[in-house]
Amino acid sequence: MYNSRQRMAEDDETQEPELSDKQKKEIAKWFLLNSPAGEIQYVAKDIRSVLNDDNVYNAAASEAFPLYNKSHLMCLKMPGKSEDVLVTSFGEIDENEYLDPRTAQVVTVDHVKQVCTDVRPASDEELPSPYIEDYRCALDAEIMKYVNEAYPKGICSVCCVRGKDVEEPGPDFELVVVISAARHSPQNFCNGSWRSVWNIEFKDEVQIVDVRGIVQVGAHYFEEGNVQLDAKHECKDSMLFQSPDDSAISLTNIIRHHETEYLAALQASYSNLPDTTFKDLRRKLPVTRTLFPWHNTLQFSLTRDIAKELGIGK
Amino acid sequence: MEAAMGLMRRMPPKHVETALSALLSLMPDHSSDLLSQVDQPLQVLCDVDCGKEFILCEYNRDADSYRSPWSNKYHPSLEDGPYPSPELRKLEIEANEVFAIYRDQYYEGGISSVYMWEDENDGFVSCFLIKKDGSKSGQGRRGYLQEGAWDAIHVIEVGPEEEGMAHYCLTSTVMLSLTTNNELSGTFNLSGSIRRQMNMDLSVADGHLCNMGKMIEEMEGKLRNSLDQVYFGKTKEMVCTLRPPSELLQMKLPES
Repeated sequence: MYNSRQRMAEDDETQEPELSDKQKKEIAKWFLLNSPAGEIQYVAKDIRSVLNDDNVYNAAASEAFPLYNKSHLMCLKMPGKSEDVLVTSFGEIDENEYLDPRTAQVVTVDHVKQVCTDVRPASDEELPSPYIEDYRCALDAEIMKYVNEAYPKGICSVCCVRGKDVEEPGPDFELVVVISAARHSPQNFCNGSWRSVWNIEFKDEVQIVDVRGIVQVGAHYFEEGNVQLDAKHECKDSMLFQSPDDSAISLTNIIRHHETEYLAALQASYSNLPDTTFKDLRRKLPVTRTLFPWHNTLQFSLTRDIAKELGIGK
Repeated sequence: MEAAMGLMRRMPPKHVETALSALLSLMPDHSSDLLSQVDQPLQVLCDVDCGKEFILCEYNRDADSYRSPWSNKYHPSLEDGPYPSPELRKLEIEANEVFAIYRDQYYEGGISSVYMWEDENDGFVSCFLIKKDGSKSGQGRRGYLQEGAWDAIHVIEVGPEEEGMAHYCLTSTVMLSLTTNNELSGTFNLSGSIRRQMNMDLSVADGHLCNMGKMIEEMEGKLRNSLDQVYFGKTKEMVCTLRPPSELLQMKLPES
């Protein structure tokens, strides 16, 4: 989209119409949404100064920050409490209010400042039924144990996204497990995030639980350069419908298994770099395995001339 | 401008073209600064005279035409585009020939072009360009890469000859992106761009081409190595900080 605009701009430099505010806002949003993990505030500062128009900037920020915070599974401190809350589309009550199912609290989020400004107890309508809560709570406890073991700074949450008012066996319902681990160390020129989202569908009629997971890992290293990892993996699994406690244990095992395997696959991707994948871009040494004979390049032209004369050149 | 460059340092390198076009449209008054300071993936054209591809950059461009290093003609043709002096053109021809062999030995494919022009202070400037598509569908011999792009830009300013010596100032940029994709590991993309400078005073006895070639070879080796070891290594370290591999966890467990 921008490419064609640029080409137009180049063809027609003098007559290029000024961008409308709406176009500028869309461009600003693109930058904000493409910010690496933990860097949106820096990007916001730069794009604000590039735009040089606070109205456009504020409009872009108010649209982009909520999307960014939710897709990055942003972890915020609850005001006046020691607990953290994850900002996700699964716990979203409205754009600024998010449910923390574990503590049954609802926080008000200032998206652009990336802080919680208020917290209140959730109302009964906002919480799942006791039947669902049994499943949710048991799974939350198991997942929390796993996340504490596996992620030094991991935060997790389990939300009910479908059928939260189901009161007894029969109808289907769906839980989502969210795991978010971020590390920001700008002093070391490095930021990164691990995000897992597991959708778990409890299908009562067939007595099957379907599991779908998406794991996204990003890292940005920017000391005298800009290098980014962008990795994404999707997987599926399923198990038998069981009691809340048994389901929680089996589901956590499934998630642990897939995430451990994925981590191993990521490491394999890295260890394949030097000798296989990277080699297809540029070899470490020439095919001759010795440095290029710059001193002796005359020989190339000579051999080539001879080859040409003999008609054996390409 | 500073803020614009700040943005370019943070946006995913694989989106550099989109980011640059976006900045160009937001800051039309800074277009020449942006185009000269932001490196972007190289484009190629086919030389209609000899059927060989050549690489486009600011240094072989005049108006909307680009000079081919093979036929020395502008594409599309141009009345009075600038050309290097006959002497420098001779060196340019030789550099293109030799650099193509160098490129083939390290890249097993790819496209290269070398451009030279006189500068104001009795020296000259050379620009060595390499573009390689290392994907399965491109020229990736081993077929591991879903997508794989390497673009290298080396600009060398060669000072005037003084007492058999000349000063060489090399600025190199490498941009790359590689993606693997398979069932087990999903999509795995690393993309990046780094730029480095190297200054040397060398005897011209061995010839400019030999001096420049050695500098480029050394620089490319360094850049490749630091991308591989340092830059990719740091992102891997980050992944292991976020979620330490189980061997590390098991080592920690007995203590706790």
